[in-house]
Amino acid sequence: MRFETIREQALNAWTDFDAPGKPRILVGTATCGQAAGAGASLDRIRAYAASRNLADRVWEVGCLGLCYAEPLVELSQPELPRILYAGVLANDVEPLLRGYFERGDLRPDMALATMNGAGAAGIARFADLPMIRSQVRVVLRNSGIISPGNAYHYIARGGYEGLRLALSMSPEQVIEEVQASGLRGRGGAGFPTGTKWELCRKAKGEPKYVVCNADEGDPGAFMDRSVIENDPHSIIEGMCIAAWAIGAEQGYIYARAEYPLAIRRLEQALQQVRDMGLLGSNILGTGFNFQIRIKKGAGAFVCGEETALLASIEGRRGMPHSRPPFPAQEGLSGKPTNINNVETLANIPVIITRGSGWYSRHGTEKSRGTKTFALAGKIARTGLIEVPLGTSLRDIVFTIGGGVPDGRQFKAVQTGGPSGGCLSAEYLDIAVDYENLAEAGAIMGSGGMVVMDDETCMVDVARYFVEFTQRESCGKCAPCRLGTRQMLRILTDICNGRAKREDLDLLEEIAHVVQAASLCGLGQTAPNPVLTTLRYYKDEYEAHVRDHRCPAGQCPGLLRYVIDPEACTGCTACVRKCTVNAIAGKKNQPHVIDQETCITCGACYAVCRFHAVTKV
Amino acid sequence: MPTLTIDGRTVEAKPGATVLQTALDAGIYIPHLCHDEQLEPYGGCRMCIVDIDGSRGLPAACTTQVAEGMVVRTDTEPVNRVRRMVCEMMIADHPDECLSCTVNQTCGLQKVAAYLGVRSQRLATTGRQAVTDASNEFFHRDLRKCILCGLCSRVCHELLGVGAIDIAGRGFASRVTPFGDTGIGESTCESCGQCVDICPVGALTGKNEALPPVRTVNTICPYCGCGCGMELGIRNNRIVRVRGDRGNPASRGSLCVKGRFGLDFVSASDRLTTPLIRRNGRLEAATWNEALDLVAARLIAIRTAHGAAAIAGFSSAKCTNEENYLFQKTMRAAIGTNHVDHCARLCHASTVAGLARAFGSGAMTNSIAELEHSDCIFVIGSNTTEAHPIVALRIKAAARHGAQVIVADPRRIDLVRFAAVHLRQQSGTDVALLNAMMHVILQEGLADEEFIRARTEGFAAWRPTVIDFTPEQGEAITGVPADRIRQAARIYARSRQATIVYSMGITQHTTGTDNVLALANLAMLTGNLGKEFTGVDPLRGQNNVQGACDMGALPNVLPGYQAVDDAAVRDKFENAWSAALPDQPGLTVVEIMHAAVAAEIRALYVMGENPMVSDPNLNHVRKALAATEFLVVQDIFLTETARMADVVLPAAAFAEKDGTFTNTERRVQRVRRALDPPGQARPDWQILGDIARRLGYPMQYRHPAAIMAEIAAVTPIYGGVSYDRLQPHGLQWPCPDADHPGTPYLHQDTFKRGRGLFHVTPFRAAAELPDAEYPYLLTTGRVLYQYHTGSLSRRTQGLERIAPPGTFEIHPRDAEREGLAGGDPVRLYTRRGSIEARAIVTSRSPEGTLFMSFHYGEAAANTLTNDALDPVAKIPELKVCAARLEKRPDTTGGR
Repeated sequence: MRFETIREQALNAWTDFDAPGKPRILVGTATCGQAAGAGASLDRIRAYAASRNLADRVWEVGCLGLCYAEPLVELSQPELPRILYAGVLANDVEPLLRGYFERGDLRPDMALATMNGAGAAGIARFADLPMIRSQVRVVLRNSGIISPGNAYHYIARGGYEGLRLALSMSPEQVIEEVQASGLRGRGGAGFPTGTKWELCRKAKGEPKYVVCNADEGDPGAFMDRSVIENDPHSIIEGMCIAAWAIGAEQGYIYARAEYPLAIRRLEQALQQVRDMGLLGSNILGTGFNFQIRIKKGAGAFVCGEETALLASIEGRRGMPHSRPPFPAQEGLSGKPTNINNVETLANIPVIITRGSGWYSRHGTEKSRGTKTFALAGKIARTGLIEVPLGTSLRDIVFTIGGGVPDGRQFKAVQTGGPSGGCLSAEYLDIAVDYENLAEAGAIMGSGGMVVMDDETCMVDVARYFVEFTQRESCGKCAPCRLGTRQMLRILTDICNGRAKREDLDLLEEIAHVVQAASLCGLGQTAPNPVLTTLRYYKDEYEAHVRDHRCPAGQCPGLLRYVIDPEACTGCTACVRKCTVNAIAGKKNQPHVIDQETCITCGACYAVCRFHAVTKV
Repeated sequence: MPTLTIDGRTVEAKPGATVLQTALDAGIYIPHLCHDEQLEPYGGCRMCIVDIDGSRGLPAACTTQVAEGMVVRTDTEPVNRVRRMVCEMMIADHPDECLSCTVNQTCGLQKVAAYLGVRSQRLATTGRQAVTDASNEFFHRDLRKCILCGLCSRVCHELLGVGAIDIAGRGFASRVTPFGDTGIGESTCESCGQCVDICPVGALTGKNEALPPVRTVNTICPYCGCGCGMELGIRNNRIVRVRGDRGNPASRGSLCVKGRFGLDFVSASDRLTTPLIRRNGRLEAATWNEALDLVAARLIAIRTAHGAAAIAGFSSAKCTNEENYLFQKTMRAAIGTNHVDHCARLCHASTVAGLARAFGSGAMTNSIAELEHSDCIFVIGSNTTEAHPIVALRIKAAARHGAQVIVADPRRIDLVRFAAVHLRQQSGTDVALLNAMMHVILQEGLADEEFIRARTEGFAAWRPTVIDFTPEQGEAITGVPADRIRQAARIYARSRQATIVYSMGITQHTTGTDNVLALANLAMLTGNLGKEFTGVDPLRGQNNVQGACDMGALPNVLPGYQAVDDAAVRDKFENAWSAALPDQPGLTVVEIMHAAVAAEIRALYVMGENPMVSDPNLNHVRKALAATEFLVVQDIFLTETARMADVVLPAAAFAEKDGTFTNTERRVQRVRRALDPPGQARPDWQILGDIARRLGYPMQYRHPAAIMAEIAAVTPIYGGVSYDRLQPHGLQWPCPDADHPGTPYLHQDTFKRGRGLFHVTPFRAAAELPDAEYPYLLTTGRVLYQYHTGSLSRRTQGLERIAPPGTFEIHPRDAEREGLAGGDPVRLYTRRGSIEARAIVTSRSPEGTLFMSFHYGEAAANTLTNDALDPVAKIPELKVCAARLEKRPDTTGGR
């Protein structure tokens, strides 16, 4: 099929989808939506639509990034503004839809924003939402806008135009364009993508391979999952362009098996483009051949490390090996292999269609373009955002994310997952790019940002991440396998008040050795959460060790619950909750907790309505 | 050659070498625990981190390639501080049991800790829970002591190609384990023990290694023809540990399960310790003088009464070159008969006959080490993994480096896992298969015209005989699809350097010589001869079967393949030996048996052979041995044959004497005395000297070195061989003079016979094929865990438990037809006899074919086999006969 024909069909499909003259119901059913209950809501919506003869006007779309507001439903009807509704649970569906479609009731109480630019009374425009206003959505250009299962939607919005253009260019020109864009690897290390492609193109050996690393594993990170679920074709197109540039005919997508929806979307998308002749033999009649296969990862975090990932594709145990040789020289089956992360690849089609000049206008001198971040933790608006590199942490956490909820104080933001670090409030004004984060002791990583408030114990945070890395260490090199174990033991001792002052020095010494001696990135960065918290929150460590006290009141081993006799009304609610019978006291008389018996589970603290139980 | 600076010293490195290997080669120690030069760089223990100018962080020396001008410091305080902490981590994760550990003082972790000066223990012990596993017959696994260096699993994957173990789990739960966390005894482990050898700590230890050896002796393995170097660890006149000799060019430190763990026979309690004489029908202990006098007197009496031609001798492929030389010299010069033969008749007689005709020399043309660099290896009729395990390692390595392996074997043997093509020809149809392949090569213009023109003769007469034989005709006879025949032919012929490897599957047929000639034709047709990494390589089955042939333990040739019927040769030997020599070729093994039944042979002297298990048609062998007037058996055990003897002479085992073995690649290697023989047992060379003297032919030598000097003087191919030249790598014959370096591959510029000769080899069917009465094709072979007649391997209990006697393989469809389940007892019949055995139901053997190993006297497959002979080589057809089976009631309740 000629591309013009495909394009024409796509535009027809899009016109049908987007026609202002027709009613339309969009439901966000990405994983975040489904977790919030979008599945049940969708059933009710379909039932309603069937009754109104609108069955073919209901569409499942992806995630707009406003995950905190899921399930999100967009309603559209001629003459009425298009409106995005938040938190539409199953029971809300019928009243909402009846109101909107049958009575023209816009329900401003549930509305989040208007979607087609027009305003409506009491409802903000989407582009003016504080979470949206400062975003620049390149990678997320189609997220939540199109139906991810429909290739025509992707094509209608400019999809595969990048591939068509690239195939009219020489591979060297494509590489030059990517180099000029300044795009750096979005998996975290930030290696210039164009340079990587050039190395692979020039490497000796046939055949060559293109691999998409979709083995996202950092706790709190979900950028890649979201991009695949919402816009699978952007990755496929990016891979096709990469394959043309380096001279590969076979590609692999290495995706976690824990992302079933993402894998389903990819499988569907691959079949669509194979049928259209955009993938396979003689793509678009140019003689270029390229195939893509999906390889499911079996759940090892370390398989996100590129050499371990390649071993896993080959069917071997996923263990890293030393570089050099780099995969661009000797990768899959010893052949030159280009590995890019999901987000990196999703940028590629736009760089080709809009040009490197347009792309590199965003971002900073050394870090061009935009970056997605997954906002999680103690932040008002959790979700997925995309901002130009160089945006300040403060803008991200407070302006876009809405700051720390429940009136608590901001304490730290953790970037880069288990390999990253915790940055304190004094770093809120740094411009987020690769260099600045590294200088502060954290890393860009793949883009997870976990916000912590003043009730978070930083020793416990370090302990949590080290527990993660020690469990996920592949076991190959001794410092990572054993050093993380030793760090975990000391951190656990600190949290339980069993550690001594010398243990802090020993912890730091081990951390430096693990950093210096480990084989791969996992081990080399595993001490980062420890070293950054030691650097910025040393006083918290010392309080644990010296005073046997957890300032954040989180470490169960250091906590005592006491009952303020003044405030206690003797209601016995806590007595009944206590599973170890540690609370004594008659009805209507102040109760007392026996500290010997208490296991500091916190049940009494949670149940007391009079704030009589306090942590000390 | 890149030059770099290590600790201020200028060091030259091999291009592509690692910093660690370069430093170690230059005598600069860098601590390391997971490195082995035979394996791919790993970088796991991180002990070898070094400081390199301009390098980010502290790279591991084992995974860093040298570069010109590199400046490396191996011993700085920052580097050692990091190493010390990593070492402390390992010690904290390791049981505190050094004093009671088998490897105390030889432990790699102790060595590194000592080098780094780790004294205090600041880290808490991890208390890792780990299994101990005693399920292997030969070694213990104590994973509490494991440091996860991965050497064991890597050697198992990379070097052995077995992959029985790998690291499983993640993080702190990582462990070396077989698939499914079973005991290693239930895994695919072949018990070669290479992992035990390479383990740097006490996690893997031999079960017999409670006390370390007090001294070590380097010698050569007594089992198959690979000729592996071994280091015997000796304590209290017993072998307590066996390790591979890394300096040995054939084996490079590898050993199989038999070599490493199967030497219990040496100190077995039933070794013969005194001469025995049959009195009143019973074998009774006697003195050496009584026994030797009796032997001499009876032989002289029989010679006087019936002539020297009434006496025959079987020499031994297990004995040294020196002993074989003396045996045939005794038979020829002291007794006067050419009736001397040995078990080579039963294995490679057709090779000697075939290759001698085609090329002029009947031995492996190229060397074992060359296999690894060949582009294509055509393995036909050789279950290499089981019969020649260490040669198989080179084939597997070649496959790993990208060589194409073609396997032609009716059974799905282990090497099929590494093969590009598997041709499952019907047993006994090899000539048809090869002719069809050569048809393809000719048809498709893949022949090496230049080689054929310049180096061969007989091509024009031969060509028409295959040009009409299409792959489709080949398919009709062999059962191999024609397209697969074409594919194999193309792979072989298009490879730059292709090697043929074969063994008993080719030779033990009535068409054995034709099979060999067809292979020779194939190699000549494609020019794969006279160059490195090519050739026709018959794998010899016994540790010294090559040497026994070289030494003239054959009825038609004197040492060095010099014909007995050549008067000039006889003149030379008569002068050298001061004796008249018989001028007619003698009888072969099977012919001697027939002659004994016919009372033409009246006395038989058997040195280190056990025809009562090894020879075809055993009922006939029993009749023959019983018919002799006088039977002498010289052995280390009272074998099935020795039990029938009139005199039994107790001999020394391989570890109890000096001498040489010649392995399958013509490499003459030193065998060294490590132990005293038990009781009154004596080395064969001394016994033979005493017999000869009593026969009136003085033959005394001080030491085997003196015998070798005599061998060199009369045997041109051994002309340059002497004991002082055999250090450290041995010599490959031909080695005509003292300055000759030996010959890794034959026929370089010219064939031994001048030009290579094409022979016409039309297809002939096997002597006995399945029919209505005997519907199955029975074939025999070896298993990895046993050896030949079992007199050595079966004395190691672990081997016996892994491979117990009395089983045969049958295809599932045949089993279903016969109503058989695995383990069912069966009686197998052929026209020659019957035995009991239990069924192993497996598709390894093809439908219609039964497979049985021949190692077991009590269920001897050779009761069944056919003694029909190849007309040229007189080798019996051990690989094909017709059989039937009868299901038996199970009286034991199954196994």
